[in-house]
Amino acid sequence: MILEARNIKAGYGEVEILHGISMGVDKAEIISIIGPNGAGKSTLMKTILGLLKPTHGKITFDGHDITGLSPDKIVRRGICYVPQTDNVFPSLTVEENLEMGAFIRKDDFRPRMKEVYGIFPDLKEAKRFRVRKLSGGQRQMVAMARALMLDPQVLLLDEPSASLSPKLVKLIFEKIVEINQSGVGVLMVEQNAREALKLCHRGYVLAMGHKKFEDTGQALLNNEKVGKLYLGG
Amino acid sequence: MDTFIGILNYLVFFAITAGIYAVLCLGLNIQWGYTGLFNIGIAGFFAVGAYTSALLSGPPPGPLDWRTVGGFQLPWVVGLLGAIIASGIIAFFIGLLTLRLKEDYLAIATIGIAEVIRLILKNEGWLSNTVWGIKHIPSPLHQPIEAGVSSFLKGHPQLSPWLVHFISNAYNWFYLALVLVILGLLYWTSERSIRSPWGRVLRTIREDEAVAAVSGKNVFSFKLQSFVLGAMVMGMAGSLYAHYAKFIDASSFEPLYGTFFIWVMLIIGGSGNSKGAVLGAFVIWGIWAGTEFLTGPLALSGTQAGALRVIVVGVLLELTLLLRPQGILGEEKIVSRMLKK
Amino acid sequence: MSLGAFLALVSLSLLRGLGIPDSPFGPLSFGLPMVLAFFIALSLTALAAIIIDRILYLRLRRTGPIILLIAAVGMAFCLRNIIQFIWGPQPQYYIKAIQIARKIPLLGIRIKPDEIFIIIVVALLVIGLHFFLQKTKMGKAMRAASDNMELARVSGIDTEKVIMWTWAIAAALAAAGGILVGIEDKFITPDMGWQMLLPIFAAVILGGIGNPYGAMAGGMIIGLSGEISTAFISTAYKPAVAFIIMVIMLIIKPRGLFGTR
Repeated sequence: MILEARNIKAGYGEVEILHGISMGVDKAEIISIIGPNGAGKSTLMKTILGLLKPTHGKITFDGHDITGLSPDKIVRRGICYVPQTDNVFPSLTVEENLEMGAFIRKDDFRPRMKEVYGIFPDLKEAKRFRVRKLSGGQRQMVAMARALMLDPQVLLLDEPSASLSPKLVKLIFEKIVEINQSGVGVLMVEQNAREALKLCHRGYVLAMGHKKFEDTGQALLNNEKVGKLYLGG
Repeated sequence: MDTFIGILNYLVFFAITAGIYAVLCLGLNIQWGYTGLFNIGIAGFFAVGAYTSALLSGPPPGPLDWRTVGGFQLPWVVGLLGAIIASGIIAFFIGLLTLRLKEDYLAIATIGIAEVIRLILKNEGWLSNTVWGIKHIPSPLHQPIEAGVSSFLKGHPQLSPWLVHFISNAYNWFYLALVLVILGLLYWTSERSIRSPWGRVLRTIREDEAVAAVSGKNVFSFKLQSFVLGAMVMGMAGSLYAHYAKFIDASSFEPLYGTFFIWVMLIIGGSGNSKGAVLGAFVIWGIWAGTEFLTGPLALSGTQAGALRVIVVGVLLELTLLLRPQGILGEEKIVSRMLKK
Repeated sequence: MSLGAFLALVSLSLLRGLGIPDSPFGPLSFGLPMVLAFFIALSLTALAAIIIDRILYLRLRRTGPIILLIAAVGMAFCLRNIIQFIWGPQPQYYIKAIQIARKIPLLGIRIKPDEIFIIIVVALLVIGLHFFLQKTKMGKAMRAASDNMELARVSGIDTEKVIMWTWAIAAALAAAGGILVGIEDKFITPDMGWQMLLPIFAAVILGGIGNPYGAMAGGMIIGLSGEISTAFISTAYKPAVAFIIMVIMLIIKPRGLFGTR
């Protein structure tokens, strides 16, 4: 496992949301986390990225302990994150957004930008536009492209398909697979549980801050209990 | 003994001024401490109160002009009420315009209004006699008390000098009592109201407007009430000041004394806490008055000493913000009666 | 702002003391020391701002914007009084000579050579700021942080460094403003920053908070309307004109003329 979380407890103030969760992402794997609202999916993601400090447990990345590091240090090690909302800089152009994603790179980021444009050719067309003027689907792509600029080993996606039309959801999922095939591990939280399980290698089902199930995506889809409780029958 | 009376008389003077500042702090505490409204134009409401009161109950401000208002020579109580109403009306209109906007706009609007008021007072002869200010503002019951004192002293010529010294100061003792009674009433009302359901709504707004809004409260209306009430208290302080100082001009309402000091007092005393507001006023005014004696030993010129004292107060403010953000007393955990278990 | 103007005064006297020739440049009323003093004062003011940020604001950043604002107002009073403590409240002069306005043949207006210099410096500063914000990495990061501080942080942008740069540039620009006002008026006072505060707020609100180009345009509008107003009402009310424009703006278009968010 390149990214591993063991027995994580975390929350906001005195309210504990995660009551001891263990999970991991292997190299170039797609992992889906599904579960009802309030299960702690986004909290888990924020804890991994260092936006929240766990009260208990350990997170390791590439063999190093990264528990409690600040987000920018974690990003430097190769974990990038796309929040669910407010995930772009609206008054900057598309290209400037990507440049901000590469802010900490000391080397020339242009080759990487070319690769990222290769995954998102639409963005190359629109590179001089301010992101404010783009559609929801395009913004989501800008957000993902921005996070890819550092060439991360693991990409964290918080509900990448939220509030997109079904056609765009399909497009975004295709892009996620494409990103993964370029060698990036993906950990995503999804409401579109069925679709997410179909494309992922493995999945976790969270509920009330506990891990309820853990299996391959296909096995979870076939699991009757999971189907009944979390996939709507 | 005579020195002792001198010090005592000075302390009375000190306490009157600090008491007036404490009234201002209570006004700000309603706005900021309870509701989180950021008013940095306190001096404006203070000035409106002082001038209204002076115009209603004092002599004409200066050379008569067809536009001159004031000089009605009405009783002091009318002046006080006028001060409260005038500050309230101005606050009502500022609030109406700005309280729906983000908090920083209220700050800018209040600082702007205070400056505009100061400019008007400085430049409009018919209203405020410009930089010469309004003189001979009558103090309440001044003549009867002074007359009583002098006839008493005439009737007892054999009194020792220090006693004469003490008795001559009777009017200041009376004014101190007046200020303290008003301060006490305000303190009591303020404490009562923050513990009421009304006060609870204000505190909810301060902590989280959205929560107050979803629980069905008209947030804007509550903020406006708090802002207007706070401003009325500030206007009252203006009236108290005008009738004690007997002379006012625009320079008394500069942002340093009129606004900045009040903020420092409330923050150092403990905002959200009426006791803190009063304590802060006395502590900071004590430091301010106390540092005045530095001038001698440090051999500084008057303006240098003044600047140094402001720096001392400013540093105290920054240290408080860094080290004890809740102030000396901090906010008490208040449970309104409806919530008490 | 006052701080910058006064630091320029210090540097000016220091440089004159060092014996750098003070022969005025061509038609201008000042010479090389003033120009050098300008840059020294800008750097020193920027440095002062960074130091204050590190000591004070850094620790208050988490407590919310209003507490930060109170701290900043307190700091402003401290700085102003430090200046007053050292130099006193009376005006200080950069140059005592009086310059006579000359007529520009083609345009038919009268203008002092110093004023042309000021216009050129302002134009250079505007162009420089534009270049900085649009073309440099730090300038772009500054715009990104102003859009979304949280996202900037999770993108790996060192937001503390961005804030430091913002302080430094803001302070240097304020210092430049103060020095230019000092060159135009010939004198500087400790409370000149306070005098300008209201018009500055008004200009920023007029242009839309967070929009540097709007702020520049707002500054022009406020400045011009203040000057034009003196034709109709007393000069004493110049700051009030700015305020009234601002209030009207807050009522009809609180996001500013060019505001987008």
